[in-house]
Parts: sequence; C-alpha cells; structure tokens
Amino acid sequence: MEKRATREGYGEGLCALAEVRPDLLVLDADLAAATKTNIFKKKYPEKHYDCGIAEANMMGVAAGIASTGKLVFASSFAMFAAGRAFEIIRNSICYPNLNVKIGATHAGISVGEDGATHQCNEDIALMRAIPNMTVINPADFVEAKAAVLAMADFVGPTYMRFGRLAVPIYNDEATYKFEVGKGITLKDGKDVTIIATGLMVAEAVEAANALHEQGIDARVINIHTIKPIDRDIIIKSAKETGKIVTVEEHSIIGGLGSAVGDVVLEECPVPVVKIGVKDTFGHSGPAKDLLKEYGLCAENIVNVVKSVVK
Amino acid sequence: MDKQLVRQLETDAAKVRIGIVEGIYSAKAGHPGGSLSCADLLTYLYTHRLNVDPKNPDDPKRDRLVLSKGHAAPALYAALALRGFFPMEQMKTLRKIGSKLQGHPDIKTPGVDMSTGSLGQGISAACGMALSAKISCDHYKVYALLGDGEIQEGEVWEAAMFAAHYQLDNLVAIVDNNGLQIDGKVSEVMSPYPIDEKFSAFGWHVININGHDFNEMEKAFNEAETVMQKPTLIVMRTTKGKGVSYMENGVDWHGKAPNDDEYAAAISELKANLAELEK
Repeated sequence: MEKRATREGYGEGLCALAEVRPDLLVLDADLAAATKTNIFKKKYPEKHYDCGIAEANMMGVAAGIASTGKLVFASSFAMFAAGRAFEIIRNSICYPNLNVKIGATHAGISVGEDGATHQCNEDIALMRAIPNMTVINPADFVEAKAAVLAMADFVGPTYMRFGRLAVPIYNDEATYKFEVGKGITLKDGKDVTIIATGLMVAEAVEAANALHEQGIDARVINIHTIKPIDRDIIIKSAKETGKIVTVEEHSIIGGLGSAVGDVVLEECPVPVVKIGVKDTFGHSGPAKDLLKEYGLCAENIVNVVKSVVK
Repeated sequence: MDKQLVRQLETDAAKVRIGIVEGIYSAKAGHPGGSLSCADLLTYLYTHRLNVDPKNPDDPKRDRLVLSKGHAAPALYAALALRGFFPMEQMKTLRKIGSKLQGHPDIKTPGVDMSTGSLGQGISAACGMALSAKISCDHYKVYALLGDGEIQEGEVWEAAMFAAHYQLDNLVAIVDNNGLQIDGKVSEVMSPYPIDEKFSAFGWHVININGHDFNEMEKAFNEAETVMQKPTLIVMRTTKGKGVSYMENGVDWHGKAPNDDEYAAAISELKANLAELEK
C-alpha cells in the first residue's frame, strides 16, 4: 500500500482549495518546508505569508484577516499552535468566532527523533475544550486533502491535525467524500468496536483483520472529526457490540477516548478502554519504534481487544 | 485645527467621560483610570478621523479600531454611543447580564471591530486587518490602541516586527502612556521605556504627543497618513483618570468603581466642566 504523510495531504489540499477559494491566504511560522505549506507557497507565493517564529502573533494576525472576510489557514507544529498559542486561539479566534483554520502538523509522538519537546500529545484535549472550535484529525493522505478542501464552505474556527510520518493510503481519492462530523464504519463487527482516529485508523483496521483470524469480530470506526463528534455512530456501536476500545496517538486524557467516553456515559454506559499515550512524555527515537513502545500499533490493539472481549 | 472645533471635541470628550463614569458606577466594576486617559483620543478618532457608519457597522470598507487595551471598554463604548452606534443611555447596562456592553470588548457589539481584553492580542489582529487591506487593495485604515503596561506582553513585539516587515503603512498604533499599571508605576513594575526608541528600532515611524491636546493629535494623525512603507506609532503622554480630579494619577483607580459619594463628586465635576464648555 502506498504511503504518504497527512501533512502532504494538507499542502496539496491547500492548493486544491485555492482553486475554489481565490481569497485563501496561508500563514506559516518558519516551518513551511515541514508543515508542507511550501507546496502551496510554490504555486501561490503571493498568498503565502511567513510570520517568522512568532506563533502567538500569527494566530492574532489570522484572526484579523478572518475578520475582514478572507479564508485563512495558520500553520505550525501542533505543539506551537495548540500549545504555545492556546490563549490567542481561545480569545482572538474562538471567542469572536472567526473563520480561522489552524493547520497543525507533527502531532503526536510519531514526530520521532526530535523528542518530547516537539511531540504534542495534548492538542486534541486543549482544542476540543474551547467553545466554537471544530477539531479534525484525518487518517490518511486522501482524507487529509479532502478535509482541507471541505473547508471551502465550512465556516468557523477549525483545528486540523496532521502527522509527520508517512502512513498507508487506504482511501480512494476518486471516490472519497469528507463530511465534517461524520464517523465512518470501515469494517462491521458484533463483538467489540474499535474507534480510532488519525494515524491509528490504519493500525485499527490491521488489528481487526488479525482479530478476525482469531475468531473475534471487531467493528472499526474512523472518527476524523473529534468535535463535534458523531454521537449516533458511537451510541449505535455501544448498543450493538457492548464494548468499545478507542485508539489515538494522543494522551488518554482529554482526547478521542475521553470524547467517546462522554457520549457513552450519557447515552449507553458500556466499558470503554482507551489506548493512547498514558499521561507521560515521549522521547527521541524512530517514529515506528516509538509507536510500538507506546502501544500505538496493531499488535497492542489486538492484545487489548482480546482482554476486553474475554 | 480651529478653536471652535477644539471646543467641540472637548465638549464631546466631556460627554464620553460622563458616559464612562455612569457606566462603571452602574456596573459597580470596571477600569476608570485607563478609560479616562484615552477618552480624548477615542472621542477624536470616532468623531473626527474614522470612516465608520453607525447605520452600516459591518461595512467591509470601513476603518477599523482595535482596542488592544480592552479594559478601556467603557471609553470605547461611550465614544461609539457618541458616534451614534447605540444610545448613550446604554452605558448604564455596562457589565450587566444580557447587556451588549461586555466587561471587555466583544466583536458582536455594533461598532466593535475585535474582541479584546487579554493584553497584547489586539495589535496582532490589527496587523491581520491591515495586511488583508493591502492584499485586496482596500484603502481603509486600521488603528490599534495599546496600554503602556500592555506592551510588556511579548506578543506586542512579535506584532511590532510583523507590521514593519510587511510595511503596513495603513496601520497606526497608539500607546496610551499614562505611566501606571495595576501594581504601580510602569517604570517600577517593568519599565517599557524608552517606548519611542524601541518601536523606532523595530522599524516604525514614531511620533510623541500630549494625548490631551487635540491639535497635537490632529497633526500626528495627518503625519501618519503621509508615511509610506512603515507603520506609525503614536506615543501619547496622558494622565490616568483624566478629568476626575481625585482619580488623576491615582494607581488605585485602575480597576475599581466609585462609591455613591465618589460618583456624585465625579459626575458633578464632569458636568460642571461640560456646562462650562457648552456656554
């Protein structure tokens, strides 16, 4: 299966978006080569503005641009967007409800060698706590590109999370349609539901296939929009399979698992087991090894699901 | 500027000051000192300089003003009321449940161009508006009013760099240099001085004025119009609490409302001044 990073989907998505939204502007904070906004910059140099290493100001500038009616993306690493600029995102973007899109790349521990200072495992928790904010975490290159293009007519502050690592492309670009807030059932099953997001979706599908061979019929759901979350698909799965395992490349505090847990607790309490980064920092190493070490791989998903189903 | 016009501005500013005191007294909370220090400037801008229309507050071609020192909201609201965005009577709803006049500016309020209050953020938004105007060749101007304590925020200097880098000559920032912040004199809490030289070093065109002198104001804003490829900073020396004698230069009046007696004294002084100007 061909592999590409979701951040590349972001860069290509911006180019596609500029064709339908000529008012599009893209801001970056000295990371264009890494966030892949340089793909856009190459094609539309007059629409790309570097803000230098000053993320707080960049978010405020984005807010000011959005207030004049133009569509604007502000890009940086998840750590510096959701982390450093949190309060500007809250007070200058979300409170006035301005149409700013935040393209946050290098999320999660799959940043790899750069280590803990750059591995943001808290951004989903931070961003979903802010009123008016929509949080999107695409699973592969195709979904990432489609999600960016979907911003042509989706109005409101939106946090879009992308990864550094090249991951399998399992969606078909020709047929894939991105719908904000809609979960996707990738594989039906009756014994347990695995709900995954971002780079963990491909691992969840692989795990479900392995489980099938071991006689466990696992349903797999891709939640690309963590807020607003698709309540119906979660409640239906809770009722039909009775058990849920969530998988995310993010802290187990405040991310997908917490969002799913909120819905299940209110509507149909069933056991929810969370796979994620267990309230700890990452460290340096190759992304693949780190993902394994932190249990963010098909093998661990299989083991956890087996213990839940038993 | 002719004497008649100056007198008109002084009269309008007196009305704005009354609105400020009425609002804060009614709310039993707010920031009178820093509102009164910039009352003259906001009166001048809203009655004399800004191309805005109360009948069409969202006009995309309008001039923008971002009150980066958002705690001076009562001054902004009173100036907007004076300009006709809503009745001055609404000042009495300030900070109350259901009021459009929030404790700090909210973009949903007619005439308010940006939600502000968390210091250091408004100037960045103003930069975004100014850049946007440049990109689409719109001719509106963007004004941002900052506090002298506010410029201790690092984001202000990120924005200062940005505005100069992108040659935002359609942006004018004003620092209300009243010399005081919550904990005391700005020079003692964390000195931002020399403000003019710092902005100058960041690539801005800088003008120093007396922030209670309308002639100097007029001259400075006219000068700013002629500056090309550089943003302009006007450092305006002001008196915190200006117009209410017992509040003037009093650090205690940064963030508290007058009690009944204090209110009576303030209003009687301001109204006497207004009556004198209207003679």
